[in-house]
Amino acid sequence: MEPILEVKNLSYVYSVGTPFEHKALDNVSFAVRRGEFIGIIGHTGSGKSTLMQQLNGLLKPTAGQILLDGQDIWSDKKLTRQARFRVGLVFQYPEYQLFEETVYKDIAFGPKNMGLSPEEIDRRVREAAGFVGLTEAQLQVSPFDLSGGQKRRVAIAGVIAMEPEVLILDEPTAGLDPVGRAGILGNIEDYRRAKNATIMMVSHSMEDVARLTDRLLVMNGSRLAMDDTPANVFAHARELLDMGLSIPQVTQVFLHLQAMGLDVNSVYTIDQAVQALKKIGGGLHA
Amino acid sequence: MSDIISVEHLAYSYPGVEDTPGVAVFQDMNLRIEQGSFVAILGTNGCGKSTLAKHFNSILLPTGGKVYVCGIDTANLDRIMTVRRNVGMVFQNPDNQIVANVVEEDVAFGPENLGVASPEIRNRVDRALKQVDMYEYRKHAPHLLSGGQKQRIAIAGVIAMEPKCIVLDEPTAMLDPRGRREVIETVSRLNREKGITVVLITHHMDEAAKAQRVVVMNRGVVAADGTPQEVFSQVELLHSIGLAAPDTVELCWALNREGFDLPLTELDPEACARAIYETFTKEGRI
Repeated sequence: MEPILEVKNLSYVYSVGTPFEHKALDNVSFAVRRGEFIGIIGHTGSGKSTLMQQLNGLLKPTAGQILLDGQDIWSDKKLTRQARFRVGLVFQYPEYQLFEETVYKDIAFGPKNMGLSPEEIDRRVREAAGFVGLTEAQLQVSPFDLSGGQKRRVAIAGVIAMEPEVLILDEPTAGLDPVGRAGILGNIEDYRRAKNATIMMVSHSMEDVARLTDRLLVMNGSRLAMDDTPANVFAHARELLDMGLSIPQVTQVFLHLQAMGLDVNSVYTIDQAVQALKKIGGGLHA
Repeated sequence: MSDIISVEHLAYSYPGVEDTPGVAVFQDMNLRIEQGSFVAILGTNGCGKSTLAKHFNSILLPTGGKVYVCGIDTANLDRIMTVRRNVGMVFQNPDNQIVANVVEEDVAFGPENLGVASPEIRNRVDRALKQVDMYEYRKHAPHLLSGGQKQRIAIAGVIAMEPKCIVLDEPTAMLDPRGRREVIETVSRLNREKGITVVLITHHMDEAAKAQRVVVMNRGVVAADGTPQEVFSQVELLHSIGLAAPDTVELCWALNREGFDLPLTELDPEACARAIYETFTKEGRI
């Protein structure tokens, strides 16, 4: 299958020619397909956010290319504009960007800018609200009367309403409690399934990316250090720790079990851990 | 030991706007925090954790009941500076707490406002920066530091005021795994070596596991209170209020539902692995 988005030898330098010149991305290449759920991990300052902003044309590469369906998004103004709709960005703490009088109007802002018909805008607002679990009644209230978790859902719905084929989220669960986290992650997964959309999620929670994604991009010092399945990435425990990252707690438990001589494969979610240990104890299991 | 903070029958309602009624957060909240202890406070979004923290240094005043800090009624406005000198606050977003362009000037801001003499300010700033392991960055610009470093600067700014107690409201929500480790190690050390009381509000169960005492709040009252082992072994209770135990405990709990018999008190991955290994050996599974 042709990749939907392809990053080719991408480099980006901030503040070129000033004393603050800083290479934020250094020859990064990868391609993503429709329907993939990809996690992006890396320490603060590793280039994750710069990369995100490149993918929908908010920043222009210093060198290299971003291809959307095979076309360079900077080759033509029309394509750059399209990239901003087809690749949706949800920033950190997006609830601070709400501004409209009602939840409905806030979600409608993106589709309106796309020049869609009122009927289509209405359909999209309602569908997006459904994805994030907002009720009909909530659409008419001021977003500022909602709780923090609900505000974040409104902000995510505002991006989903543009029906991006690639949805990129920067730490969508920061500051939320476990139920709030699970809720938002479930909403994102529902959107992916319904639209066969590609999800790229930046996260500092190794547990969240381990549970949800099929593939991890690991950024370190402006370079793409790893691009592999969670299983293969978390097998490099030492390197991840050296990069200032961590591995899921259950993966750590299993590394210790292996060191004690137990014959178990590496796992990175609780479900996998339970299955693996049931197999061992299975024969004698009451 | 004496109590540094004592919350007695606290009632608090956020005032309503125009015709809308206020929101009652607490009706009868009670909590005592012992001097020199390290207490983690857990709870879902909206359970009142942050509202409670703001009562600890007179940012909010009770609408009923009393809050005492070092025996002083926080509602006694004549003593408000004494209360604030004794309880320092660190918030979630480091960028909102930094006021100066040079690290050491930022740390000096607090003691300057307390009217501390200049030579003494110099001593305190140096000492505080050494305690958070940021002394070598004293001439740096704060906005160019990592999130974890910025948060440690914020902590240094608080300890330069030489409080008896530090209250941290989700200080790691925006940090990468290394930043989180740095902040938690720093406050643990301040507690251990300097005897500073630490109140840590967090959504990260593994951070709470590092405290001596864990208090779980739900709907404005204390739902569980004890050592991390005592609190986290109540897995069903935590789930019922939308929280979770650390993954080591969640793993053992999930295994027990499959018929195993594991303790729910292991919070460290290595100890958890050992418990699994020993149980398996004892039961003849391996």
